[in-house]
Amino acid sequence: MSRSDWEVVIGLEVHAQLNTASKIFSGASTAFGAAPNVQACAVDIALPGVLPVLNRGAVERAIRFGLAIGANVASKSVFARKNYFYPDLPKGYQISQFELPVVQGGEITIRVGEGDKAYEKTVQLTRAHLEEDAGKSLHEDFHGMSGIDLNRAGTPLLEIVSEPDMRSSAEAVAYARALHALVRWIDICDGNMQEGSFRCDANVSVRRPGGPLGTRREIKNLNSFRFLQQAIDFEVQWQIDTIEDGGRIQQATVLFDPDTGETRMMRSKEDAHDYRYFPDPDLLPLVISPEWKARVASEMPELPGAMKARFMEQWGLSAYDATTLTASKEVAAFYQATVDAAGVAQAKPCANWVMGDLAARLNKAELDASASPVSPAQLAGLVARITDGTISNNIGKKVFEALWNGEGGTDANAADAIIEAQGLRQTNDAGAIEAMIDEVLAANQKSVEEFRAGKDKAFNALVGQVMRASKGKANPAQVNELLKRKLEG
Amino acid sequence: MSLTTEQVLRIAGLARIELADGDVEATRAKLNGIFGLIEQMQAVDTSGVEPMSHPQDVAQRLRTDVATEPDRREAFQRVAPQTEAGLYLVPKVIE
Repeated sequence: MSRSDWEVVIGLEVHAQLNTASKIFSGASTAFGAAPNVQACAVDIALPGVLPVLNRGAVERAIRFGLAIGANVASKSVFARKNYFYPDLPKGYQISQFELPVVQGGEITIRVGEGDKAYEKTVQLTRAHLEEDAGKSLHEDFHGMSGIDLNRAGTPLLEIVSEPDMRSSAEAVAYARALHALVRWIDICDGNMQEGSFRCDANVSVRRPGGPLGTRREIKNLNSFRFLQQAIDFEVQWQIDTIEDGGRIQQATVLFDPDTGETRMMRSKEDAHDYRYFPDPDLLPLVISPEWKARVASEMPELPGAMKARFMEQWGLSAYDATTLTASKEVAAFYQATVDAAGVAQAKPCANWVMGDLAARLNKAELDASASPVSPAQLAGLVARITDGTISNNIGKKVFEALWNGEGGTDANAADAIIEAQGLRQTNDAGAIEAMIDEVLAANQKSVEEFRAGKDKAFNALVGQVMRASKGKANPAQVNELLKRKLEG
Repeated sequence: MSLTTEQVLRIAGLARIELADGDVEATRAKLNGIFGLIEQMQAVDTSGVEPMSHPQDVAQRLRTDVATEPDRREAFQRVAPQTEAGLYLVPKVIE
């Protein structure tokens, strides 16, 4: 039997760290990288008699998320205690939400694959709830003991749970990427995966197409998209092999080892935690008024889905271009600003530059679009000179490099300054071009004969020679036309 | 509903409460007494009544998102059994 006899079923749980200044239930700072325990106050370390007070900023971020995915933002939600014992959880319970989460339902549309095989899919979300993070245990040797740093304890998290709607690791990664882009877009999470601000757990099972759901195993704590893909691929193959060899899948929690590329069992269902959730008596129900929701809604930026639709419907971009340009907040903002400066008629050439030369340069320099040395106005100025025929597209690349290197100054008209300073203006002077053509024809009799013998390639070689003779400054369309006339005349 | 001895031991284990052998039966009886009270309450007809998660019918007060807590690590660690390099030390636990 092959892999195609099996259907893969994946649901994701993502922990997004909310970018508040203070913790979810205390006034301690959430800044990353502080010395151990200097940001762990009496509430965070659970001294007797302390009480949690909920952070409005954390709730507001949850509302933003709920509105962004079209979910029901609960007018009343409840905090619950999730009970377990671990030294980095000093209270003996984590404050979370269980029966009544703040965000209920919602959906995210993803684009999977590339080129002709690309398709769109809508993933349903189950819920998103507010909770506090735990501290960190350091198991290096402290005389046979573990060290506990509680700076992270009480940091606000939004746990975002999807339905088991994904059918491949590619879909799971596309969903995780879309979610990652969204939380950054609406500015509720910095999305820093190395620092653990965005962590994924994947629930994976396999079944016969159309059959009942198989038993799932949960892969914990995947902190990169690459690991997410590798872990799911390994896990799926392992489950199929196990079943085809006559075995059965036992419900379990597993860890992914990036060094071996394998998943291994952390605990079985028998050892699964019994969290004994119950409503936290220290916290009253969280009430979100329609007025509050309306105010948050009025402050929301245009969302990626709406922006993508606008680029396609109003600016005539393809689905691929519109998706690429709205894949991150920084790129979308850069592209919008470029078109604002260049005019809507230039939307397509602007898109080509942003996704092409600019993206390649940014990628190489490991910069994001907001840190681009070429400003949107400067790029718009360059696009305008190509469109109006002042320079060719090829010379445009040369001007772009100069802009990137800071030549031409910081003004919006830097491209013009470079074109003038380096004498790059395209030659539209028919007489001058004809003179160059004559020279080239005289020096390349062989190509001329080949062309006359019916070899079209020889024509392109001659165009290339003329362009070279003009140092790229001749108008290529004009060269084509004049050369054709000469050869045929 | 009444609890078995095994259930009492499991609950004690989950709550990290040590129960001496001689105390198990007495604890079971006390817990079953509480279940009796719950049964009485469950007999009340609550159809059409929205469940409350807290005895007080008021909403959670919210705090403005500002970091207000100073660093009091030194004071807190003075009463901790063992610390090193700013960390609280605990018996080694690896899951």
